[in-house]
Amino acid sequence: MFRSLPRFEYLSPSKVEEAIGLLREHGNRVKVLAGGTDLIPMMKWGKVKAEVVVGLGGIREMGVMEFGPRKGLKLGALCRITDIEKSAVIRDHYPILSQAASVLASVEVRNRATVGGNLCNASPAADMAPSLLALDAKAVIASSKGERVIPLEAFFVGPGKTCLKQGELLVRLEVPAMGPRTGGEYIKLGIRKAMEISLVGAAAVVRVEGGKCEDARLALGSVAPKPMRAKKAEGVLKGKKVDQGVIAAAADAASKEASPITDIRGSEWYRREMVRVLSRRAIENALGKIKR
Amino acid sequence: MKQEIELKVNGQICEVEVEPWWTLVDVLRDHLHLTGTKKSCGEGDCGACTVLMDGEPVNSCLMLAIEARGKDITTIEGISQGGELHPIQEAFMKFGAVQCGFCTPGMIMATKALLDRNPNPSEEEIKKSLSGHLCRCTGYVQIIEAVTAAAEKMKTL
Repeated sequence: MFRSLPRFEYLSPSKVEEAIGLLREHGNRVKVLAGGTDLIPMMKWGKVKAEVVVGLGGIREMGVMEFGPRKGLKLGALCRITDIEKSAVIRDHYPILSQAASVLASVEVRNRATVGGNLCNASPAADMAPSLLALDAKAVIASSKGERVIPLEAFFVGPGKTCLKQGELLVRLEVPAMGPRTGGEYIKLGIRKAMEISLVGAAAVVRVEGGKCEDARLALGSVAPKPMRAKKAEGVLKGKKVDQGVIAAAADAASKEASPITDIRGSEWYRREMVRVLSRRAIENALGKIKR
Repeated sequence: MKQEIELKVNGQICEVEVEPWWTLVDVLRDHLHLTGTKKSCGEGDCGACTVLMDGEPVNSCLMLAIEARGKDITTIEGISQGGELHPIQEAFMKFGAVQCGFCTPGMIMATKALLDRNPNPSEEEIKKSLSGHLCRCTGYVQIIEAVTAAAEKMKTL
């Protein structure tokens, strides 16, 4: 409760290269600090140890949010959840991200937490993950060798684990434009309405052309070791005329693809059933948002 | 290694020597003696430690004091003007929104941030703004009533 943080050295670089240099120099003694809403509690509980903490808050280039209709969105890893929630650009072009941001924790946490931090913490329940996966986002990782770009799917390796190696830093996300006749929806199911780790999170992004589903992406949180794309469910929708039967079949496929566990928040069977329900709802709502 | 940093708290510049691992809530309470901000869960779940940073509510238990450099911090002590209570404080008293009082400073700071941005919040908006705040005494109803009343009062000022 009143636990204090252990002692550490604190460094605050102002450029990505500087930060990378510090990460290389201090090896496994160092942790980076973004919003602190995950790192600080974990250090208080002793779950994470760091002798050196590199505060990233001074690196302006990591906090930039830029959109272009062709290039899509460049979302700096240090963009705060609250800024994503309130951004008019994101509301206009990626409303599913505004939705996801709005259900993360609380107002106070959102005012500090960052999208990069949420992804790097790599909880299978990470609220920003399903929508970014459904949007086919890419992760841009910087190191002394330059930048490498990978699909966000490849970023998560397991519960609490990312593919980041020592000396690597997630600097931004690149999200392609949603395109015309495309709708998205993120639904978070929790026992509480706020300040909750989701039981199931479902993000659907669907594009319809001439009455048929041209493209469909369904991503799920909290029902697998990492945030996942339900590719079989997507396959059920693609190319089909979307009706209740097809949606139900997709939702069914999703519930079979997921691999939830029983934990303190809910049981495996309930989560699996909720995957079915939320997938259906997310797909329906995403379709409903497509402007005719 | 201690570092001397400048913090702006309730409009005043304070120079404090801090270790990097000291949280903002500890520096506010123990070094600046502003004990209105409370420590409760220490994990960012309860909201008792809420202060405003550049007008936005944050959990001060999750912030390193060193990261508050260059920011405008407002604590509960900073919202009354020259001995006069802020309308939010008065409303909380009048509507029975305070029992033990431990959650109150945090609730009031979050309320101030809400009403500064949204002078006419719906009940749903009030609940959402306070969703990061736990109260073990009141059952929240009086708190929501107090916020609504404060909003009304503030519109007339």
